[in-house]
Amino acid sequence: MANVPHTTAPRRRRAATAGFHLSATALAVLWLLPIALVLVTSVRSFDDIAAHGLGSRPRSFTLDAFRQAWVDGGQQRALINSLLVTVPCVLVTLALAAMAAFGLSRYELPLRRSLLLLMLGGNLLPPQILLIPVSKLSELMGAYDTLPALIGVQIGFGVGFYVFVLHGFMRAIPAEIQQAAVVDGAGPWQIFWRIVLPLTRPALAALSALSFTWIFNDLLWAITVLRSDTKMPITAALIGLQGQYVSMWNVIAAGSVVAAAPTVAVFLRFQRHFVAGLNLGAVK
Amino acid sequence: MAVVTASARKSPALAHGSRRARGPRRTPPLVLAFVLLPLLVESVWVFWPALQGFYLSLTRWDGVSAPAFVGLGNFREMAHDHVFLGAAGHTVLWLVLFGGLSAVLGLAAALLLQQERRGVGFYRAALFLPVVFSLVATALVWQAIYQPDGVLNHLLASVGLGDLRHAWLADQDTALYAVIVPALWRQIGYVMVLYLAGLKGIDPALYEAAKVDGTSRRQRFRHVTLPQLRSVNAVVLSVIVIDSLRSFDVVWSLTRGGPYHSSELLSTYMYSTAFQSLRLGYGSALAVVIFVLAFGVIASYLVRAFREAE
Repeated sequence: MANVPHTTAPRRRRAATAGFHLSATALAVLWLLPIALVLVTSVRSFDDIAAHGLGSRPRSFTLDAFRQAWVDGGQQRALINSLLVTVPCVLVTLALAAMAAFGLSRYELPLRRSLLLLMLGGNLLPPQILLIPVSKLSELMGAYDTLPALIGVQIGFGVGFYVFVLHGFMRAIPAEIQQAAVVDGAGPWQIFWRIVLPLTRPALAALSALSFTWIFNDLLWAITVLRSDTKMPITAALIGLQGQYVSMWNVIAAGSVVAAAPTVAVFLRFQRHFVAGLNLGAVK
Repeated sequence: MAVVTASARKSPALAHGSRRARGPRRTPPLVLAFVLLPLLVESVWVFWPALQGFYLSLTRWDGVSAPAFVGLGNFREMAHDHVFLGAAGHTVLWLVLFGGLSAVLGLAAALLLQQERRGVGFYRAALFLPVVFSLVATALVWQAIYQPDGVLNHLLASVGLGDLRHAWLADQDTALYAVIVPALWRQIGYVMVLYLAGLKGIDPALYEAAKVDGTSRRQRFRHVTLPQLRSVNAVVLSVIVIDSLRSFDVVWSLTRGGPYHSSELLSTYMYSTAFQSLRLGYGSALAVVIFVLAFGVIASYLVRAFREAE
Protein backbone atom coordinates (compact mmCIF):
# COMPACT_ATOMS: atom_id res chain seq x y z
CA MET A 1 0.00 0.00 0.00
CA ALA A 2 2.79 2.36 0.87
CA ASN A 3 4.39 2.08 -2.52
CA VAL A 4 1.41 3.11 -4.63
CA PRO A 5 2.35 6.35 -6.38
CA HIS A 6 0.08 9.41 -6.50
CA THR A 7 -1.55 8.74 -3.13
CA THR A 8 -1.44 11.83 -1.03
CA ALA A 9 -0.18 11.51 2.53
CA PRO A 10 -3.46 12.34 4.34
CA ARG A 11 -5.35 9.81 2.27
CA ARG A 12 -2.82 7.17 3.01
CA ARG A 13 -2.97 8.00 6.66
CA ARG A 14 -6.74 7.74 6.65
CA ALA A 15 -6.53 4.34 5.00
CA ALA A 16 -4.01 3.23 7.61
CA THR A 17 -6.29 4.41 10.42
CA ALA A 18 -9.23 2.55 8.92
CA GLY A 19 -7.07 -0.54 8.55
CA PHE A 20 -5.98 -0.27 12.15
CA HIS A 21 -9.50 0.04 13.49
CA LEU A 22 -10.69 -2.78 11.27
CA SER A 23 -8.07 -5.24 12.45
CA ALA A 24 -8.19 -4.12 16.08
CA THR A 25 -11.97 -4.38 16.13
CA ALA A 26 -11.83 -7.85 14.62
CA LEU A 27 -9.35 -8.86 17.31
CA ALA A 28 -11.44 -7.35 20.11
CA VAL A 29 -14.57 -9.08 18.82
CA LEU A 30 -12.74 -12.39 18.68
CA TRP A 31 -11.66 -11.88 22.28
CA LEU A 32 -15.00 -10.69 23.60
CA LEU A 33 -17.11 -13.25 21.75
CA PRO A 34 -16.59 -16.09 24.25
CA ILE A 35 -17.49 -13.68 27.06
CA ALA A 36 -20.64 -12.53 25.28
CA LEU A 37 -21.50 -16.15 24.65
CA VAL A 38 -21.27 -17.16 28.30
CA LEU A 39 -23.34 -14.14 29.32
CA VAL A 40 -26.04 -15.06 26.81
CA THR A 41 -26.01 -18.71 27.82
CA SER A 42 -26.36 -17.83 31.49
CA VAL A 43 -29.71 -16.10 30.94
CA ARG A 44 -31.25 -18.77 28.72
CA SER A 45 -33.66 -21.36 30.09
CA PHE A 46 -32.68 -25.01 30.26
CA ASP A 47 -35.58 -26.00 28.01
CA ASP A 48 -34.47 -23.56 25.35
CA ILE A 49 -30.95 -24.98 25.30
CA ALA A 50 -32.16 -28.58 25.44
CA ALA A 51 -34.61 -28.04 22.59
CA HIS A 52 -32.55 -25.93 20.23
CA GLY A 53 -28.98 -26.76 21.12
CA LEU A 54 -26.27 -24.83 22.92
CA GLY A 55 -25.07 -23.04 19.80
CA SER A 56 -28.49 -21.92 18.64
CA ARG A 57 -29.92 -18.42 18.73
CA PRO A 58 -31.39 -17.73 22.21
CA ARG A 59 -35.17 -17.74 22.48
CA SER A 60 -35.64 -17.22 26.22
CA PHE A 61 -34.62 -14.95 29.05
CA THR A 62 -34.52 -15.96 32.70
CA LEU A 63 -32.31 -15.49 35.73
CA ASP A 64 -33.18 -18.95 37.05
CA ALA A 65 -29.73 -20.28 36.31
CA PHE A 66 -28.17 -17.72 38.60
CA ARG A 67 -30.52 -18.67 41.40
CA GLN A 68 -29.71 -22.34 40.87
CA ALA A 69 -25.96 -21.77 40.86
CA TRP A 70 -26.11 -19.34 43.77
CA VAL A 71 -28.39 -21.29 46.09
CA ASP A 72 -28.54 -24.97 45.08
CA GLY A 73 -25.05 -25.02 43.58
CA GLY A 74 -23.52 -23.53 46.72
CA GLN A 75 -21.87 -20.63 44.97
CA GLN A 76 -22.90 -18.19 47.65
CA ARG A 77 -20.99 -20.08 50.31
CA ALA A 78 -18.09 -20.64 47.94
CA LEU A 79 -17.81 -16.95 47.17
CA ILE A 80 -17.79 -16.17 50.88
CA ASN A 81 -15.06 -18.79 51.39
CA SER A 82 -13.06 -17.23 48.57
CA LEU A 83 -13.27 -13.79 50.11
CA LEU A 84 -12.48 -15.17 53.59
CA VAL A 85 -9.28 -16.56 52.12
CA THR A 86 -8.36 -13.86 49.66
CA VAL A 87 -8.75 -10.71 51.73
CA PRO A 88 -6.63 -11.82 54.74
CA CYS A 89 -4.09 -13.34 52.35
CA VAL A 90 -3.61 -10.11 50.43
CA LEU A 91 -3.34 -8.02 53.60
CA VAL A 92 -1.00 -10.33 55.51
CA THR A 93 1.19 -11.17 52.51
CA LEU A 94 1.73 -7.54 51.62
CA ALA A 95 2.35 -6.58 55.26
CA LEU A 96 4.96 -9.33 55.68
CA ALA A 97 6.51 -8.58 52.32
CA ALA A 98 6.74 -4.87 53.07
CA MET A 99 8.44 -5.60 56.39
CA ALA A 100 11.01 -7.91 54.86
CA ALA A 101 11.62 -5.63 51.90
CA PHE A 102 12.12 -2.71 54.28
CA GLY A 103 14.72 -4.57 56.32
CA LEU A 104 16.53 -5.91 53.30
CA SER A 105 16.59 -2.69 51.33
CA ARG A 106 17.26 -0.07 54.00
CA TYR A 107 19.66 -1.79 56.43
CA GLU A 108 23.06 -3.43 56.10
CA LEU A 109 21.96 -6.92 57.04
CA PRO A 110 24.45 -9.72 56.55
CA LEU A 111 23.63 -11.92 53.55
CA ARG A 112 20.78 -9.69 52.56
CA ARG A 113 21.11 -10.30 48.83
CA SER A 114 21.13 -14.06 49.33
CA LEU A 115 18.11 -13.86 51.61
CA LEU A 116 16.25 -11.82 49.01
CA LEU A 117 16.97 -14.36 46.30
CA LEU A 118 16.19 -17.28 48.56
CA MET A 119 12.76 -15.79 49.20
CA LEU A 120 12.18 -15.08 45.51
CA GLY A 121 13.42 -18.56 44.61
CA GLY A 122 10.79 -20.12 46.87
CA ASN A 123 8.09 -18.41 44.85
CA LEU A 124 9.52 -19.61 41.54
CA LEU A 125 9.41 -23.29 42.55
CA PRO A 126 6.83 -25.33 40.68
CA PRO A 127 4.04 -25.82 43.25
CA GLN A 128 3.90 -29.52 42.38
CA ILE A 129 7.02 -30.20 44.43
CA LEU A 130 5.21 -28.78 47.48
CA LEU A 131 1.75 -30.30 47.10
CA ILE A 132 2.26 -33.60 48.90
CA PRO A 133 4.36 -32.26 51.79
CA VAL A 134 2.04 -29.28 52.25
CA SER A 135 -1.04 -31.47 52.45
CA LYS A 136 0.73 -33.74 54.96
CA LEU A 137 2.01 -30.73 56.89
CA SER A 138 -1.47 -29.29 57.23
CA GLU A 139 -2.68 -32.70 58.49
CA LEU A 140 0.13 -32.70 61.01
CA MET A 141 -0.83 -29.23 62.23
CA GLY A 142 -4.44 -30.33 62.48
CA ALA A 143 -5.31 -27.69 59.94
CA TYR A 144 -6.13 -29.99 57.01
CA ASP A 145 -9.45 -29.12 55.42
CA THR A 146 -9.64 -25.73 57.10
CA LEU A 147 -9.41 -22.29 55.56
CA PRO A 148 -6.41 -21.26 57.74
CA ALA A 149 -4.34 -23.98 56.05
CA LEU A 150 -5.16 -22.51 52.65
CA ILE A 151 -4.43 -19.00 53.91
CA GLY A 152 -1.13 -20.15 55.37
CA VAL A 153 0.17 -21.79 52.25
CA GLN A 154 -0.98 -18.93 50.02
CA ILE A 155 0.90 -16.46 52.19
CA GLY A 156 4.02 -18.59 52.44
CA PHE A 157 4.18 -19.29 48.74
CA GLY A 158 3.36 -15.76 47.59
CA VAL A 159 5.41 -13.64 49.96
CA GLY A 160 8.79 -14.08 48.25
CA PHE A 161 7.70 -12.49 45.02
CA TYR A 162 6.25 -9.43 46.72
CA VAL A 163 9.37 -9.01 48.86
CA PHE A 164 11.40 -8.92 45.67
CA VAL A 165 9.20 -6.35 43.93
CA LEU A 166 8.87 -4.12 46.99
CA HIS A 167 12.60 -4.36 47.63
CA GLY A 168 13.25 -2.91 44.18
CA PHE A 169 10.84 -0.13 44.95
CA MET A 170 12.08 0.74 48.44
CA ARG A 171 15.69 0.67 47.35
CA ALA A 172 15.02 3.68 45.12
CA ILE A 173 13.99 5.86 48.04
CA PRO A 174 16.88 8.31 48.63
CA ALA A 175 18.99 7.54 51.70
CA GLU A 176 18.98 11.23 52.66
CA ILE A 177 15.34 11.02 53.69
CA GLN A 178 16.12 8.17 56.05
CA GLN A 179 19.21 9.92 57.42
CA ALA A 180 17.21 13.05 58.09
CA ALA A 181 14.66 10.99 59.99
CA VAL A 182 17.39 9.30 62.02
CA VAL A 183 18.83 12.71 62.91
CA ASP A 184 15.37 13.73 64.08
CA GLY A 185 15.37 10.74 66.39
CA ALA A 186 13.07 8.42 64.46
CA GLY A 187 13.40 4.70 65.15
CA PRO A 188 13.07 1.93 62.56
CA TRP A 189 9.33 1.61 63.18
CA GLN A 190 8.72 5.30 62.52
CA ILE A 191 10.88 5.22 59.44
CA PHE A 192 8.97 2.21 58.17
CA TRP A 193 5.49 3.41 59.03
CA ARG A 194 5.77 7.16 58.48
CA ILE A 195 8.27 7.39 55.63
CA VAL A 196 8.90 4.24 53.64
CA LEU A 197 5.38 2.79 53.55
CA PRO A 198 3.70 6.00 52.36
CA LEU A 199 6.30 6.30 49.61
CA THR A 200 5.64 2.69 48.57
CA ARG A 201 1.90 3.15 48.21
CA PRO A 202 1.75 3.00 44.41
CA ALA A 203 3.55 -0.34 44.42
CA LEU A 204 1.36 -1.66 47.23
CA ALA A 205 -1.78 -0.65 45.36
CA ALA A 206 -0.60 -2.35 42.21
CA LEU A 207 0.40 -5.52 44.04
CA SER A 208 -2.91 -5.62 45.94
CA ALA A 209 -4.90 -5.64 42.72
CA LEU A 210 -2.65 -8.29 41.26
CA SER A 211 -2.47 -10.57 44.27
CA PHE A 212 -6.23 -10.36 44.79
CA THR A 213 -6.84 -11.93 41.39
CA TRP A 214 -4.08 -14.51 41.77
CA ILE A 215 -5.26 -15.77 45.12
CA PHE A 216 -8.93 -15.54 44.21
CA ASN A 217 -8.36 -17.52 41.01
CA ASP A 218 -6.23 -20.26 42.53
CA LEU A 219 -7.43 -23.82 42.24
CA LEU A 220 -4.44 -26.02 42.95
CA TRP A 221 -3.74 -25.08 46.58
CA ALA A 222 -7.43 -25.20 47.42
CA ILE A 223 -7.91 -28.76 46.21
CA THR A 224 -4.65 -29.77 47.88
CA VAL A 225 -5.44 -28.72 51.46
CA LEU A 226 -9.26 -28.78 51.41
CA ARG A 227 -11.62 -31.71 51.12
CA SER A 228 -15.18 -30.75 52.13
CA ASP A 229 -17.41 -29.14 49.53
CA THR A 230 -18.61 -26.61 52.06
CA LYS A 231 -15.11 -25.17 52.49
CA MET A 232 -14.10 -24.92 48.86
CA PRO A 233 -13.49 -21.51 47.30
CA ILE A 234 -15.30 -20.47 44.15
CA THR A 235 -12.87 -22.00 41.64
CA ALA A 236 -13.13 -25.47 43.12
CA ALA A 237 -16.88 -25.02 43.59
CA LEU A 238 -17.14 -24.25 39.91
CA ILE A 239 -15.64 -27.63 39.11
CA GLY A 240 -18.13 -29.14 41.53
CA LEU A 241 -20.92 -27.33 39.69
CA GLN A 242 -19.63 -28.76 36.42
CA GLY A 243 -20.01 -32.26 37.88
CA GLN A 244 -23.33 -31.60 39.56
CA TYR A 245 -25.09 -29.93 36.63
CA VAL A 246 -23.73 -31.95 33.73
CA SER A 247 -24.88 -30.40 30.46
CA MET A 248 -27.06 -27.82 32.20
CA TRP A 249 -25.04 -25.19 30.44
CA ASN A 250 -27.08 -22.25 31.62
CA VAL A 251 -26.23 -23.06 35.25
CA ILE A 252 -22.58 -23.66 34.48
CA ALA A 253 -22.42 -20.40 32.54
CA ALA A 254 -24.09 -18.53 35.38
CA GLY A 255 -21.60 -20.06 37.81
CA SER A 256 -18.71 -18.91 35.63
CA VAL A 257 -20.11 -15.39 35.53
CA VAL A 258 -20.40 -15.32 39.33
CA ALA A 259 -16.85 -16.67 39.71
CA ALA A 260 -15.39 -14.12 37.32
CA ALA A 261 -17.36 -11.08 38.49
CA PRO A 262 -15.22 -10.10 41.52
CA THR A 263 -11.93 -10.09 39.64
CA VAL A 264 -13.47 -8.27 36.70
CA ALA A 265 -14.77 -5.67 39.14
CA VAL A 266 -11.30 -5.29 40.66
CA PHE A 267 -9.81 -5.02 37.20
CA LEU A 268 -12.27 -2.38 35.96
CA ARG A 269 -11.96 -0.37 39.16
CA PHE A 270 -8.17 -0.56 39.43
CA GLN A 271 -7.20 -1.04 35.80
CA ARG A 272 -4.31 1.38 36.02
CA HIS A 273 -2.85 -0.27 39.12
CA PHE A 274 -3.36 -3.64 37.57
CA VAL A 275 -1.38 -3.00 34.44
CA ALA A 276 1.24 -1.14 36.49
CA GLY A 277 1.47 -4.18 38.77
CA LEU A 278 2.27 -6.50 35.92
CA ASN A 279 5.03 -4.18 34.77
CA LEU A 280 6.48 -3.35 38.13
CA GLY A 281 9.68 -4.30 39.78
CA ALA A 282 11.63 -5.47 36.84
CA VAL A 283 14.31 -7.91 36.27
CA LYS A 284 16.33 -6.46 33.48
CA MET B 1 2.81 -16.02 38.44
CA ALA B 2 4.07 -12.80 37.08
CA VAL B 3 7.56 -11.84 36.55
CA VAL B 4 7.97 -8.23 35.97
CA THR B 5 9.48 -5.85 33.49
CA ALA B 6 11.83 -2.98 33.66
CA SER B 7 11.54 -0.30 36.24
CA ALA B 8 13.40 1.76 33.71
CA ARG B 9 12.32 4.99 35.26
CA LYS B 10 14.44 4.43 38.31
CA SER B 11 17.09 7.06 37.89
CA PRO B 12 20.71 5.95 38.25
CA ALA B 13 21.40 8.83 40.61
CA LEU B 14 18.85 7.56 43.10
CA ALA B 15 20.04 4.00 42.89
CA HIS B 16 23.56 5.15 43.49
CA GLY B 17 22.61 7.39 46.39
CA SER B 18 20.82 4.63 48.21
CA ARG B 19 23.74 2.29 47.82
CA ARG B 20 26.21 4.69 49.35
CA ALA B 21 24.50 4.95 52.69
CA ARG B 22 21.92 2.46 53.79
CA GLY B 23 21.35 3.47 57.34
CA PRO B 24 23.17 2.40 60.47
CA ARG B 25 25.67 -0.48 60.53
CA ARG B 26 24.24 -2.21 63.57
CA THR B 27 20.88 -3.73 62.72
CA PRO B 28 18.10 -2.81 65.15
CA PRO B 29 16.37 -5.92 66.53
CA LEU B 30 13.03 -4.78 65.14
CA VAL B 31 14.44 -4.80 61.62
CA LEU B 32 15.83 -8.26 62.18
CA ALA B 33 12.38 -9.42 63.25
CA PHE B 34 10.90 -7.74 60.16
CA VAL B 35 13.05 -9.96 57.96
CA LEU B 36 12.95 -13.14 60.00
CA LEU B 37 9.19 -13.38 60.45
CA PRO B 38 8.35 -13.57 56.71
CA LEU B 39 11.33 -15.85 56.23
CA LEU B 40 9.98 -18.14 58.92
CA VAL B 41 6.54 -18.25 57.30
CA GLU B 42 8.06 -19.09 53.95
CA SER B 43 10.31 -21.70 55.52
CA VAL B 44 7.37 -23.48 57.12
CA TRP B 45 5.20 -23.49 54.00
CA VAL B 46 7.78 -23.63 51.20
CA PHE B 47 11.39 -24.46 52.05
CA TRP B 48 10.76 -27.27 54.49
CA PRO B 49 8.04 -28.88 52.31
CA ALA B 50 10.31 -28.54 49.26
CA LEU B 51 13.09 -30.47 51.00
CA GLN B 52 10.59 -33.12 52.03
CA GLY B 53 9.35 -33.26 48.46
CA PHE B 54 12.82 -34.08 47.20
CA TYR B 55 13.28 -36.73 49.84
CA LEU B 56 9.87 -38.29 49.17
CA SER B 57 10.78 -38.69 45.51
CA LEU B 58 13.24 -41.34 46.66
CA THR B 59 10.59 -43.32 48.53
CA ARG B 60 7.57 -45.48 47.99
CA TRP B 61 4.71 -44.16 50.11
CA ASP B 62 0.95 -44.66 50.35
CA GLY B 63 0.49 -41.85 52.86
CA VAL B 64 -0.50 -44.20 55.66
CA SER B 65 2.43 -46.42 56.57
CA ALA B 66 5.96 -45.04 56.80
CA PRO B 67 7.66 -44.10 53.51
CA ALA B 68 10.03 -46.83 52.25
CA PHE B 69 13.30 -45.67 50.78
CA VAL B 70 13.75 -46.97 47.22
CA GLY B 71 16.61 -44.81 45.96
CA LEU B 72 16.16 -43.89 42.32
CA GLY B 73 13.56 -46.62 41.80
CA ASN B 74 10.80 -44.14 40.99
CA PHE B 75 12.88 -42.54 38.27
CA ARG B 76 13.76 -45.93 36.80
CA GLU B 77 10.07 -46.75 36.72
CA MET B 78 9.35 -43.61 34.67
CA ALA B 79 11.45 -44.91 31.79
CA HIS B 80 8.86 -47.65 31.24
CA ASP B 81 5.78 -45.64 32.17
CA HIS B 82 3.98 -44.84 28.93
CA VAL B 83 1.65 -42.38 30.57
CA PHE B 84 4.65 -40.48 31.92
CA LEU B 85 6.42 -40.49 28.57
CA GLY B 86 3.23 -39.29 26.88
CA ALA B 87 2.72 -36.57 29.49
CA ALA B 88 6.33 -35.43 29.11
CA GLY B 89 5.86 -35.21 25.35
CA HIS B 90 2.62 -33.26 25.75
CA THR B 91 4.32 -30.92 28.20
CA VAL B 92 7.05 -30.17 25.64
CA LEU B 93 4.40 -29.67 22.95
CA TRP B 94 2.52 -27.42 25.34
CA LEU B 95 5.67 -25.38 25.98
CA VAL B 96 6.29 -24.95 22.26
CA LEU B 97 2.72 -24.25 21.17
CA PHE B 98 1.34 -22.41 24.16
CA GLY B 99 4.62 -20.64 24.85
CA GLY B 100 5.60 -19.88 21.28
CA LEU B 101 2.19 -18.75 20.14
CA SER B 102 1.50 -16.60 23.17
CA ALA B 103 4.87 -14.86 22.72
CA VAL B 104 4.42 -14.27 18.99
CA LEU B 105 0.77 -13.29 19.16
CA GLY B 106 1.31 -11.19 22.29
CA LEU B 107 4.07 -9.28 20.53
CA ALA B 108 1.90 -8.89 17.42
CA ALA B 109 -0.97 -7.52 19.50
CA ALA B 110 1.41 -5.14 21.27
CA LEU B 111 2.78 -3.89 17.95
CA LEU B 112 -0.73 -3.34 16.64
CA LEU B 113 -1.89 -1.51 19.77
CA GLN B 114 1.30 0.30 20.78
CA GLN B 115 0.42 3.74 19.46
CA GLU B 116 -1.67 5.96 21.70
CA ARG B 117 -4.66 6.80 19.55
CA ARG B 118 -8.38 6.99 19.79
CA GLY B 119 -10.01 3.73 20.89
CA VAL B 120 -6.78 1.95 21.68
CA GLY B 121 -7.59 1.77 25.39
CA PHE B 122 -10.72 -0.19 24.63
CA TYR B 123 -8.93 -2.66 22.38
CA ARG B 124 -6.21 -3.22 24.96
CA ALA B 125 -8.77 -3.75 27.70
CA ALA B 126 -10.64 -6.25 25.54
CA LEU B 127 -7.54 -8.33 24.99
CA PHE B 128 -6.53 -8.04 28.60
CA LEU B 129 -9.90 -8.85 30.17
CA PRO B 130 -9.54 -12.67 30.09
CA VAL B 131 -6.30 -12.36 32.08
CA VAL B 132 -8.33 -11.66 35.21
CA PHE B 133 -10.56 -14.71 34.77
CA SER B 134 -9.64 -17.82 36.66
CA LEU B 135 -8.47 -20.63 34.44
CA VAL B 136 -11.39 -22.69 35.70
CA ALA B 137 -13.94 -20.13 34.53
CA THR B 138 -12.04 -19.78 31.26
CA ALA B 139 -12.13 -23.52 30.80
CA LEU B 140 -15.87 -23.74 31.38
CA VAL B 141 -16.55 -20.96 28.88
CA TRP B 142 -14.65 -22.89 26.24
CA GLN B 143 -16.11 -26.20 27.23
CA ALA B 144 -19.51 -24.88 26.20
CA ILE B 145 -18.07 -23.66 22.91
CA TYR B 146 -16.57 -27.08 22.20
CA GLN B 147 -19.71 -29.12 22.88
CA PRO B 148 -21.07 -31.19 19.97
CA ASP B 149 -24.07 -28.84 19.76
CA GLY B 150 -21.96 -25.81 20.67
CA VAL B 151 -21.08 -22.65 18.84
CA LEU B 152 -17.90 -23.90 17.20
CA ASN B 153 -19.65 -26.75 15.41
CA HIS B 154 -22.53 -24.45 14.45
CA LEU B 155 -20.05 -22.00 13.03
CA LEU B 156 -18.27 -24.70 11.03
CA ALA B 157 -21.54 -25.96 9.63
CA SER B 158 -22.69 -22.50 8.65
CA VAL B 159 -19.55 -21.81 6.61
CA GLY B 160 -19.85 -25.14 4.83
CA LEU B 161 -17.23 -27.01 6.84
CA GLY B 162 -19.76 -29.30 8.46
CA ASP B 163 -17.49 -32.28 7.87
CA LEU B 164 -15.08 -30.90 10.44
CA ARG B 165 -17.68 -31.00 13.21
CA HIS B 166 -16.31 -32.77 16.19
CA ALA B 167 -16.59 -33.62 19.84
CA TRP B 168 -13.42 -31.61 20.31
CA LEU B 169 -12.66 -32.53 23.90
CA ALA B 170 -13.68 -36.17 23.62
CA ASP B 171 -11.45 -36.98 20.66
CA GLN B 172 -7.94 -38.14 21.50
CA ASP B 173 -6.54 -36.40 18.45
CA THR B 174 -7.91 -32.97 19.25
CA ALA B 175 -8.23 -32.82 23.05
CA LEU B 176 -4.77 -31.40 23.75
CA TYR B 177 -5.08 -28.67 21.12
CA ALA B 178 -8.60 -27.86 22.25
CA VAL B 179 -7.21 -27.29 25.73
CA ILE B 180 -4.36 -25.07 24.53
CA VAL B 181 -6.68 -22.56 22.83
CA PRO B 182 -8.41 -21.31 26.02
CA ALA B 183 -5.04 -21.09 27.76
CA LEU B 184 -3.76 -18.98 24.88
CA TRP B 185 -6.86 -16.82 24.85
CA ARG B 186 -6.06 -15.90 28.44
CA GLN B 187 -2.26 -15.61 28.15
CA ILE B 188 -1.92 -13.41 25.06
CA GLY B 189 -3.28 -10.30 26.77
CA TYR B 190 -0.78 -10.76 29.58
CA VAL B 191 2.19 -11.10 27.25
CA MET B 192 0.87 -8.12 25.30
CA VAL B 193 1.00 -5.93 28.41
CA LEU B 194 4.61 -6.93 29.03
CA TYR B 195 5.56 -6.11 25.45
CA LEU B 196 3.62 -2.84 25.46
CA ALA B 197 5.76 -1.66 28.37
CA GLY B 198 8.87 -2.82 26.54
CA LEU B 199 7.93 -1.01 23.34
CA LYS B 200 7.19 2.12 25.30
CA GLY B 201 10.71 2.04 26.68
CA ILE B 202 12.35 2.22 23.26
CA ASP B 203 13.83 5.61 22.48
CA PRO B 204 11.88 7.14 19.54
CA ALA B 205 15.12 8.75 18.36
CA LEU B 206 16.32 5.30 17.30
CA TYR B 207 13.41 5.00 14.89
CA GLU B 208 13.96 8.53 13.60
CA ALA B 209 17.61 7.80 12.93
CA ALA B 210 16.72 4.56 11.17
CA LYS B 211 14.13 6.37 9.08
CA VAL B 212 16.66 8.98 8.04
CA ASP B 213 18.89 6.15 6.90
CA GLY B 214 16.10 5.09 4.56
CA THR B 215 15.22 1.80 6.20
CA SER B 216 11.97 -0.01 5.51
CA ARG B 217 9.44 -0.83 8.19
CA ARG B 218 10.54 -4.43 8.29
CA GLN B 219 14.18 -3.47 8.65
CA ARG B 220 13.35 -1.14 11.51
CA PHE B 221 11.47 -3.96 13.23
CA ARG B 222 14.35 -6.38 12.81
CA HIS B 223 17.23 -4.07 13.60
CA VAL B 224 15.72 -1.63 16.09
CA THR B 225 12.65 -3.10 17.76
CA LEU B 226 13.73 -6.69 18.30
CA PRO B 227 17.20 -5.93 19.73
CA GLN B 228 15.68 -3.30 22.01
CA LEU B 229 13.18 -5.82 23.34
CA ARG B 230 15.84 -8.24 24.50
CA SER B 231 15.28 -7.76 28.20
CA VAL B 232 11.51 -8.06 27.84
CA ASN B 233 12.00 -11.19 25.77
CA ALA B 234 13.95 -12.72 28.63
CA VAL B 235 11.14 -11.90 31.06
CA VAL B 236 8.48 -13.23 28.69
CA LEU B 237 10.47 -16.43 28.22
CA SER B 238 10.67 -16.96 31.98
CA VAL B 239 6.96 -16.28 32.41
CA ILE B 240 6.06 -18.65 29.62
CA VAL B 241 8.21 -21.56 30.71
CA ILE B 242 7.21 -21.28 34.35
CA ASP B 243 3.52 -20.86 33.46
CA SER B 244 3.62 -23.77 31.01
CA LEU B 245 5.07 -26.16 33.52
CA ARG B 246 2.55 -25.01 36.10
CA SER B 247 -0.42 -25.33 33.73
CA PHE B 248 -2.87 -27.45 35.58
CA ASP B 249 -6.20 -25.72 36.14
CA VAL B 250 -7.29 -25.48 32.54
CA VAL B 251 -6.49 -29.10 31.71
CA TRP B 252 -7.97 -30.35 34.95
CA SER B 253 -11.22 -28.45 34.39
CA LEU B 254 -11.63 -29.48 30.75
CA THR B 255 -10.41 -33.06 30.42
CA ARG B 256 -8.69 -34.24 33.63
CA GLY B 257 -5.90 -35.23 31.24
CA GLY B 258 -8.12 -37.56 29.21
CA PRO B 259 -9.45 -39.10 27.09
CA TYR B 260 -6.98 -41.95 27.62
CA HIS B 261 -4.28 -39.54 28.83
CA SER B 262 -4.28 -37.80 25.44
CA SER B 263 -4.17 -34.35 27.05
CA GLU B 264 -2.18 -35.42 30.11
CA LEU B 265 0.54 -32.99 31.20
CA LEU B 266 3.18 -33.71 33.82
CA SER B 267 1.36 -31.41 36.25
CA THR B 268 -1.98 -33.22 35.91
CA TYR B 269 -0.34 -36.64 35.97
CA MET B 270 1.53 -35.67 39.11
CA TYR B 271 -1.69 -34.56 40.81
CA SER B 272 -3.71 -37.64 39.91
CA THR B 273 -0.84 -39.97 40.79
CA ALA B 274 -0.44 -38.38 44.19
CA PHE B 275 -3.99 -37.59 45.26
CA GLN B 276 -6.09 -40.11 43.35
CA SER B 277 -3.84 -43.16 43.01
CA LEU B 278 -2.23 -42.24 46.36
CA ARG B 279 1.24 -43.09 45.08
CA LEU B 280 2.88 -40.26 46.96
CA GLY B 281 6.49 -41.32 46.35
CA TYR B 282 6.06 -41.64 42.61
CA GLY B 283 4.07 -38.40 42.55
CA SER B 284 6.93 -36.62 44.30
CA ALA B 285 9.34 -38.01 41.73
CA LEU B 286 7.15 -36.60 38.96
CA ALA B 287 7.22 -33.24 40.73
CA VAL B 288 11.01 -33.41 40.81
CA VAL B 289 11.00 -33.91 37.03
CA ILE B 290 8.89 -30.77 36.66
CA PHE B 291 11.32 -28.94 38.92
CA VAL B 292 14.30 -30.08 36.86
CA LEU B 293 12.62 -28.88 33.66
CA ALA B 294 11.95 -25.49 35.24
CA PHE B 295 15.34 -25.25 36.92
CA GLY B 296 17.25 -23.64 34.04
CA VAL B 297 14.75 -20.84 33.72
CA ILE B 298 14.48 -20.31 37.46
CA ALA B 299 18.25 -20.19 37.81
CA SER B 300 18.75 -17.71 34.99
CA TYR B 301 15.94 -15.59 36.36
CA LEU B 302 17.58 -15.57 39.78
CA VAL B 303 20.94 -14.69 38.26
CA ARG B 304 19.40 -11.68 36.56
CA ALA B 305 17.62 -10.74 39.79
CA PHE B 306 20.91 -11.09 41.65
CA ARG B 307 22.64 -8.62 39.34
CA GLU B 308 19.66 -6.32 39.56
CA ALA B 309 19.67 -6.38 43.34
CA GLU B 310 22.97 -4.54 43.70
